[in-house]
Amino acid sequence: MNKLTTYTIKELHKIYRDKLLTPTSFVDLCLQKVKQTSELNAFVTVTEDEAENHGVESEKRFYIDKKSRMLDGITFGIKDNFCTSNITTTCASEMLKNFVPTYDATVYARLRAAGACLIGKCNLDEFAMGAGTVDSIFGPTRNPWGYDKSNDDWRISGGSSGGSAVAVSSGACVAAIGSDTGGSTRNPAALCGIVGLKPTYGLVSRYGLIPLVNSMDVPGILTRTVEDAATILNCIAGPDFLDSTTIKKEFDPVSITDDFDMTKIKIGIPKEYYCEGMSQEVIDTWRYVADLLENQKAVLKSVSLPHTSVSIAVYSILNQCEVASNMARYDGLEYGFRAEENYSTEELYASTRSQGFNDVVRCRIFAGNYFLLSRNYDKYFVKAQKLRRLISNDFKNIFNGDDHVNILLTPTTLSDAPLYKDFMSKHNRDQCAFQDYCTQPANMAGIPAISIPIRLSKNNLPLSVQLMGPFLSEEILLNVAKRIENIVKFPAVAL
Amino acid sequence: MWYYKIHRNLNKKVKPIIWTRYHSIVADRQWQSVVGLEVHAQLNTESKLFSGAENTFGGLVNNCVSLFDAAIPGTLPVLNRKCVELGVKTALALSCRVNEVSTFDRKHYFYADLPAGYQITQQRAPLASDGVINFQVFTPGVHKKPYKKSSKIKQIQLEQDSGKSLHDDELKRSLVDLNRAGVPLIELVFEPDLEDGEEAAALVKELILIVQRLEACTGRMEEGALRVDANVSLRRIGQPLSTRTEIKNIGSIRGVAGAIRHEIDRQRSILESGGTILNETRSWDATNKVTVAMRDKEVVQDYRYMPEPNLPPLRVNLKTKNDTQDVISVPLIQDQIPELPEDTRKRLVQEFQLRPEAAIQLVNEPILLEYFLEISANKERNPTKVANLLLNDLLTALNQNKVNIDHCPVTSKQLIELSDLLLQKKINLDMCRQILDELVHNADEDISPSRLLKEKGWSMITDEAELTKLCIEVLENNPKLVKQYKEGKKKVYRALLGIVVKSSENKIDMAAVSKIMDDLLKK
Repeated sequence: MNKLTTYTIKELHKIYRDKLLTPTSFVDLCLQKVKQTSELNAFVTVTEDEAENHGVESEKRFYIDKKSRMLDGITFGIKDNFCTSNITTTCASEMLKNFVPTYDATVYARLRAAGACLIGKCNLDEFAMGAGTVDSIFGPTRNPWGYDKSNDDWRISGGSSGGSAVAVSSGACVAAIGSDTGGSTRNPAALCGIVGLKPTYGLVSRYGLIPLVNSMDVPGILTRTVEDAATILNCIAGPDFLDSTTIKKEFDPVSITDDFDMTKIKIGIPKEYYCEGMSQEVIDTWRYVADLLENQKAVLKSVSLPHTSVSIAVYSILNQCEVASNMARYDGLEYGFRAEENYSTEELYASTRSQGFNDVVRCRIFAGNYFLLSRNYDKYFVKAQKLRRLISNDFKNIFNGDDHVNILLTPTTLSDAPLYKDFMSKHNRDQCAFQDYCTQPANMAGIPAISIPIRLSKNNLPLSVQLMGPFLSEEILLNVAKRIENIVKFPAVAL
Repeated sequence: MWYYKIHRNLNKKVKPIIWTRYHSIVADRQWQSVVGLEVHAQLNTESKLFSGAENTFGGLVNNCVSLFDAAIPGTLPVLNRKCVELGVKTALALSCRVNEVSTFDRKHYFYADLPAGYQITQQRAPLASDGVINFQVFTPGVHKKPYKKSSKIKQIQLEQDSGKSLHDDELKRSLVDLNRAGVPLIELVFEPDLEDGEEAAALVKELILIVQRLEACTGRMEEGALRVDANVSLRRIGQPLSTRTEIKNIGSIRGVAGAIRHEIDRQRSILESGGTILNETRSWDATNKVTVAMRDKEVVQDYRYMPEPNLPPLRVNLKTKNDTQDVISVPLIQDQIPELPEDTRKRLVQEFQLRPEAAIQLVNEPILLEYFLEISANKERNPTKVANLLLNDLLTALNQNKVNIDHCPVTSKQLIELSDLLLQKKINLDMCRQILDELVHNADEDISPSRLLKEKGWSMITDEAELTKLCIEVLENNPKLVKQYKEGKKKVYRALLGIVVKSSENKIDMAAVSKIMDDLLKK
C-alpha cells in the first residue's frame, strides 16, 4: 500500500524522530505525489517553493533547535478562498484570477506558526458556490476513488472543497483546510472517504476566508483520521481579535481517548433525515453505524427536528442575500479583474461583473438582490431568518430538553459520489439543494458536525455518516467518531 | 409684488439681499416652512471605525487605508471602542436614550468611493434615540433679541464615511482617495422642528459647540468634519405639508442658513405659481447662492439593507460603572461630560451678570470664553467691561489684522494686564485699542502691554496739576470758544475737550479732564 495515503501526524513525527524520513524528504514525496496525480486537478496553485522552505524550517527545528512544533513537517493544502500573502488566491474565479493578497488568513497563519508546510492552494467551485467542485475556471476536480485514466467519465469529488478533499485522500498532503457553509467540507470528505470536520461557528476565525455566507461560513478540516482532525483543530481554534464573531472564551484543546465512555452518550436519529432520493446503501450504512454504536453501549433513540424540510429553502434565500452583498465589492476598481470598458463607471461595473463571474454566481447575486429589495425584505429575508431561528431551536430542544440527546447521527450525503456526466445533467441550484440536504442544517444552527467514512458501496466508493452535536461539543463528536473509525477500519484509496 | 421682483432677480443670478428676503417669510404669514436636519459628524479618533488605519484630515492621498478600508476580500470589521465611547458621550450630552443593544446594517449602493459596495451603518437599531437639543437663536443683524428653540433628535447612529472621488473632465478620468473611507461618523437625525435657515444655523452652531466641548468631533465644517443635510417643505397655514426636498452636504453654518432660505423661497415661488415640488435631492451652490438639483440622485435608490453579519450586536452597560473591554459603561461616560454651552450661558448671566447677547457671543467663540473666564476669575474686574473688551475690541483688532480668531496670538496674560490697565483707568479705551492692535500685529507673547505703553510713550497723564495746566493752555489758546461758551453756547464744551485730547496726544482720562474743565470754566 502507498504509505503517503495513510500517514498520520503522529506516525510522521515518530518517523522524523527515527530519521526514517525527514521533513524535507517528506515534503518532496508529497510534491511528487502532486505531480503524479495532477490529472485529479486538486490544486489551483502548487506552492513548491513555499513547501520546500517550510520543510527546511521544520527540519531545522526538529534536528538543530530540538524544539519542534505541533505540525512541523506536516504537509497541508488550503482551499483557494483563504488569503495567503504573496500567493495568488483565486476563488476559482476569473474575477480573482490574478489576485495576490498581502496578508494571511488567520487559519493559514496559525498552521504556519505550528510548523505545517504548505503544498498548495486547492480547487473549489467558483467562490465556493457548489457541491461538486465542477464549477471552477480551472476545471473540475476528479475523485481518486474509481478513477481510471482510460475511462472518459469519472466520479466527482463533491464540493465545494473538493480540491482539499482530493489532496488529502490522494496523499498529496496530510491535512487540508476547506470552508463549510452548507456542507462544503463534509460533502467532499464523505465522497472522497476522509474525515471532514465543521467546527462550531465562531470557534475558528474566518479572517482571511473570502466569504460566501458570513453567518454560516466556518473553516473546515479535512484529514484521513479523526485524531489528525483533532490535532489540526487544536492548532487553529480559538479567539481572534480580527474576527469579531469568534467566541471570546479561550479555547480548551480537545483530547481523544481510547477508553472514552460510550455508555453515557445518548445518540439521536432524526427521522426527518430519511429523505426522498436517499440511496438504500446510504440508509443501510446509517443503520449499520447506529447498530455499531448501540453495541458500544451508547443509548440510541429516534428524535424529531420538525423544521428540517424547510431548511434547504431557507438556506438558499439567506445564502443568496449574503452572496449579493458580499459580491458587491468586486467592481474591478481596487483589485481583481477589470473589463475593457471606459464609457462610464456604471458600464465598467456591469461589464466587469458579467465577465468576471460565472452563471452560478450571477444568478445568486440577482436572486439575493431581489430578496433584499425593500418591498421583498419582510417577505423573504425576515421570514427566512425566523425559520432559521426555528431550525436552530429544533437542535436546541433536542440537545437541552429533559429527554435530551448528546449527539445526532445522520448520513452526510444522499448517495456515493456521482459520475461527472450525471452530476452535470442537473442545474447547480438543484444539485446544491439535493447534495446539502443533510449538511446545511448544522450551518443554519452554527453547531459542529463531522463526517466520517464507513465502508465502500457496491461501486467501490466511500459511504460516510455525519455526527452533529451542540455548540462546542467537538470533543464528544471527535471521540465518538474515533470509536467508529477504530471499528470500521475504512481503507485508504488505492492509487 | 416685490416678491416677484426678488424672484426675477434670482433668475438673473443677482446676489439677493439677504435679510429682506428673510423677513418676507415671516411677514406674509401665509406660508409655514418646516425644516429638519441630518448631521454627519466625524468622530475625533486616532483610527477608523472598523480598521486600524489612521483617521486624519489632509493625509497623503491613499496613505491612510487599511486592507479593510479598500474592501480587500476576506477582511473583517473590528469595531473601534473609542468611536462607541464618543458616540455615547454625544448621545448623553443631547439627552438621548442610549440603547442597551444596537446593531449594524449594510446599506448597498455602487459608487467608486465605496469600495465594499455597501456602507456599514445602524439603520434598524441605532446607538441612541429620542434626544433633544436646546439652543439660542441670535444672529446679530437678523434678530434683535435672542430666543430659545429646541429640536428633538430621532436617533444617533454610528456609520462609516465614504472615500472621495475626484473627476477630471478634461482627461475623462476619475480618481479615488480612500483616506476618508471608513472614517467614523455619527449621524444625528433631527425631527423637522425648525422654521427657517437661521434656526437651522443656530442649531448647527450649538451642535458644533457641544461636540467640541466633548472632544467628540473637531466641528470643522470647512474640512468636512461636520456636514449638514436639510429637509425643507412648506405648507399654507392649516394645510398638510407639500413634498419635501433634501439639500445635501452643506459645508458651513452660513451655508445652512443661506441654502434653507433659498430653498424656502424657491419652493414658495413654485407653489404660488401653481407648480408642484419634486421630491428630489439638491445641493447648495455657495458661490451663486442657489440650490441645484443633483443629477446622480434623480433615481430613487433601493439600498437593500441587510444586517451586517460580521459584527455581533453592540451591547453597553446602562446600569453600573463596571467597564470591560467588550462592554462600555454608560454611567462612567456620563460622569465625564463637561459643562455644556447652555449651562455656560446661564452661568455667565447669573454669575457675571452679563447680558444674554454677550453670553451667547462669548460661548460661540470658545477662545474668547476661555479668556473671559480667566480674566474674570478675579471678581474685581468688571465682567461686562471685560466682555466688551473681548467681543468688540479684540475682535476688531483681529479683523483689522485679518487674523482668524482660532489663531489669536494674544495671550491671556497680556489680556489680563491690558484689562487691568483699562479698568484702573491707567489707559483709555483708545489706547487700549491701539495696544490690542499692536499685540495682534506683533504676535509676540513676551511683549507686555505696559512695556508697550512706555515704548510708545503712551502713558496717561494722571497728575492733576499737569492736566490742569493742559486745560488752562487750551482755554488760553482758544479765547473765541471760551467766549462762545460763556455766552451760553454749551455745545462748544465738547470741542474744547476734543482739543485737550488732541493736544495731549490721546493720553488723558476723559472723565478726569472733564471735571477739571468744568471747574475752570466756572471760574
